[in-house]
Amino acid sequence: MDSVVVHLHGAVSLLGRFPALAGVDLDVAPGEVLLVQGPNGAGKTTLLRACAGLVPIVDGEASVLGHDMRKDRRSVRRHLALLGHAAGLYDDLTVADNLRFVARSTRHVAAPPVDDVLARLGLAGRLASVPVSRLSAGQRRRVAVASLLLRPAKLWLLDEPHAGLDADGRERLDTLIVEAARAGTTVVMASHELERARPLATRIVTMAGGQIHADTHAEVVGVA
Amino acid sequence: MLRDAAVMAGKDLRIELRSRVATNQVAPFAVLVLILFAFALDPDRGVLARAAAGLFWVAVLFCALLAIQRAFAVEASDGARDNLRLSGLDPAAIFLGKAGAIAGELALLEVILGAGVVILYDRSLHGPVLLVVTCVLATIGLAASGTVYGALAAGLRVRETLLPLLLLPVVAPVLLAATRASEAALGGTTGDGWPWVRLLGVFAVIYVAFGVVAFAPLLEESS
Repeated sequence: MDSVVVHLHGAVSLLGRFPALAGVDLDVAPGEVLLVQGPNGAGKTTLLRACAGLVPIVDGEASVLGHDMRKDRRSVRRHLALLGHAAGLYDDLTVADNLRFVARSTRHVAAPPVDDVLARLGLAGRLASVPVSRLSAGQRRRVAVASLLLRPAKLWLLDEPHAGLDADGRERLDTLIVEAARAGTTVVMASHELERARPLATRIVTMAGGQIHADTHAEVVGVA
Repeated sequence: MLRDAAVMAGKDLRIELRSRVATNQVAPFAVLVLILFAFALDPDRGVLARAAAGLFWVAVLFCALLAIQRAFAVEASDGARDNLRLSGLDPAAIFLGKAGAIAGELALLEVILGAGVVILYDRSLHGPVLLVVTCVLATIGLAASGTVYGALAAGLRVRETLLPLLLLPVVAPVLLAATRASEAALGGTTGDGWPWVRLLGVFAVIYVAFGVVAFAPLLEESS
């Protein structure tokens, strides 16, 4: 399965007793930018969390970056990055301290310096030394996006990545996604902001009821 | 693994330094507990002096509960726990780092409480080596067992009330052994204290080893 980054066949994942993924079939090729769309409760977030190894897949075939997710869903995690609904930040630490902790914990030797990452997301200067608890929701989102760059990730999993960001933040995020894809990173993003996300995607799948109902390759690719 | 543990402990201690919860809330709470015991037992100063070691460790235990709950509350907010699981840090290192940070906070509180016991309870110290070894081993045991049960309770909605119910019976041997050893250290009969120190050592080794082995599934199952 080296020719695919994500391989799911009949994948089932439960939230309690409810099958949030009810037999998903999906193959994602390296370098693809896959947009997952669908109504609330379709299973988009669970799909991303299952690919990240945060939610167990209890039936079917599932491999991510060559790791069998049924047998071991922990070892794949250091090779991917997840931008979830929550920013995953520590309120009492400053913006720079949060990112330094990410950099130290991932041990990504080729990661750009934290100062460069801060500058790329418009967080340099005074903002870098502000505790995260004092940031606006959009600024917190920028810090979470910045942390993507500090992980040695071959796969980006983005859940509503544009949510909360202002126009400048969205432009910066779009640029990062395009650059990551060009560098060979595979991107899977779930979004309701289709006008924003569709131009970035090379492929679009539609989910409903925990299954994939439509799978189309986008005609327009890239924004840069 | 030790490098990862240092990264984790450094992060937790930096959070406590920045938030000042330990210094502005937990430490005053600990001193308040000592003062309340002093008020309650003051009519008979003999009782207060005899019970000083036990009261000290009860106060430490209360502070440990606060420190452990705090250590896992910071991971529960804003989805930080997911990022921790995705970080690539070895779960055993996360355990050692969290337990190390909690132990550091407890050690600082024990110094403050020790000074409080000397001042408020009018006790003098005759066996400093025994007391220091007792404090070190008891603190490691409390921090290690607290980190295990803190992780176990962290994923539950009732974690604040469940943690004391889970932890207090487990650490009863620490309370007993640390109190007996501390009584010996304060009373000058240090020979009576060392067997209790050995019990503290066994408890600390068991829970550190258990935490290193069991923290990965605990982190997964409690999420």
